[in-house]
Amino acid sequence: MLTAKQVSWLKGALFVLALVPLARMAYLTVTGQLVDPLEFITRGTGDWTLYFLCFTLVVTPLRKLSGWNWLIKLRRMLGLYTFFYGLLHFMTFLWFDHFFDLQEMWKDVLKRPFITVGFTAFVLLIPLAVTSSNGMIKRLGGKRWQWLHRLVYVIAPLAILHFWWMKAGKHNFAQPILFGVILGSLLLARVYWWVQK
Amino acid sequence: MLIKRSPNGIDLPYSSEITPREVYESRRTFMKQIAMGAAGSAALLEMANREAFAQTGIKLPAKLNPAYSALDKQTAFKDASSYNNYYEFGTDKSEPAMYAGSLKTRPWTVAIEGEVKHPMTLDIDALLKLAPLEERVYRLRCVEGWSMVIPWIGYSFSEIIKKVEPTGNAKYVEFTTLADKKQMPGVGSRVLQWPYTEGLRIDEANHPLALLTFGMYGEVLPNQNGAPVRMVLPWKYGFKSAKSIVKIRFVKDQPRTSWNLSAPNEYGFYSNVNPDVDHPRWSQASERRIGEDGFLARKRKTLMFNGYNDVASLYTGMDLKKFY
Repeated sequence: MLTAKQVSWLKGALFVLALVPLARMAYLTVTGQLVDPLEFITRGTGDWTLYFLCFTLVVTPLRKLSGWNWLIKLRRMLGLYTFFYGLLHFMTFLWFDHFFDLQEMWKDVLKRPFITVGFTAFVLLIPLAVTSSNGMIKRLGGKRWQWLHRLVYVIAPLAILHFWWMKAGKHNFAQPILFGVILGSLLLARVYWWVQK
Repeated sequence: MLIKRSPNGIDLPYSSEITPREVYESRRTFMKQIAMGAAGSAALLEMANREAFAQTGIKLPAKLNPAYSALDKQTAFKDASSYNNYYEFGTDKSEPAMYAGSLKTRPWTVAIEGEVKHPMTLDIDALLKLAPLEERVYRLRCVEGWSMVIPWIGYSFSEIIKKVEPTGNAKYVEFTTLADKKQMPGVGSRVLQWPYTEGLRIDEANHPLALLTFGMYGEVLPNQNGAPVRMVLPWKYGFKSAKSIVKIRFVKDQPRTSWNLSAPNEYGFYSNVNPDVDHPRWSQASERRIGEDGFLARKRKTLMFNGYNDVASLYTGMDLKKFY
């Protein structure tokens, strides 16, 4: 077991590390190294939303398998970074694609399943982010809070479907399949433990 | 930009905007000096040379054809030669520039066959001399929603048609790209059916805008841009313009084309630039000009036929929403 001090060090390191992808995107853009920075940022923020979603969902299975209970202390930050990169990804859509024209954005959301699914996944992340504080957990009560946060099992498949459709035009399914397998086995592990109980 | 358009929809060039190339040439010299001065190391020198080749290549003299030159600001050579969709070398847009160096473009022959009176297999250097080379500045609109402006060098494909004399059976032209696993690391992937094939109706292929292309920015094509010979069809989405062509067939039936086979609901046979026909995942009504449109502006409007209105007569009476 790690000491409280070690855990807070770890959290600090994670906080900084999780900002590295964003810093890299900003650096490459500002130094003019990208031919199409807008596309790079759009793809990058989407990719990192998926990565953090996987990191968040791996915490509980990994904790059970390894017995490293301190891992749970990192989960909230990983979840919030999922939301953070998801928010940035949504902003690239609103800014780069529609230049903040909400009406045009809505048309796109309603017209294209690819967008509808991604948008829904993002919207569903909002209540999870909002209720992430200790105060909110207390106010909701642990049981209800846990039920609410099971929304992530809806969000994850929507996110993969969004990514799947993005790659579908080019039959380039290697990455969506990889994410599907990772998230699917994390979910299966939970089902297994739930049945065992 | 829609200023000073001539009535036939073709723009005239600003001569002041023609040459961003000197910049790159001076950089090449600079890199060579560093490489030789610093250590005289052979490896370093080779690196500098490769970089230089990627950026400049070999001069290809051609006369500017102002009637077919857009006056839009030209895209930087660096962007046009490092941001490419050429899946034979990888699906990432930076991969063609990284891996196409291994492509051998000499010797190279192009077979022209099918429904023609004079089938022929021409060496690339003979093909290059078949008609006088022209420089034309064309807008390029990618189906993905971005665009560039590139000074190409070549001659109208109609010169080939004149030479081989299609028979009455020739209704379409099929273009086949090289598919050599040894030289092209992407050909192993299942993203598309190889070899890459594209096609045109014969009257489209005969339109003077259809350019059989050997060079860009005053020099031979960089490999990642489709060396040694490719098509450029400025009124169609970029993928219609086959690269590194090895075979041209005149045929009776509409040829099967790679992207259409891969995703027929997304990529039609015609694939004319059309702001009114959406891609299933995005609108085609607007586009981002590489190197110009950035964070601070709305995307620019996409023009019907990419602004090349004189091709419209090819499609009279056709429902372009159906034949997308």
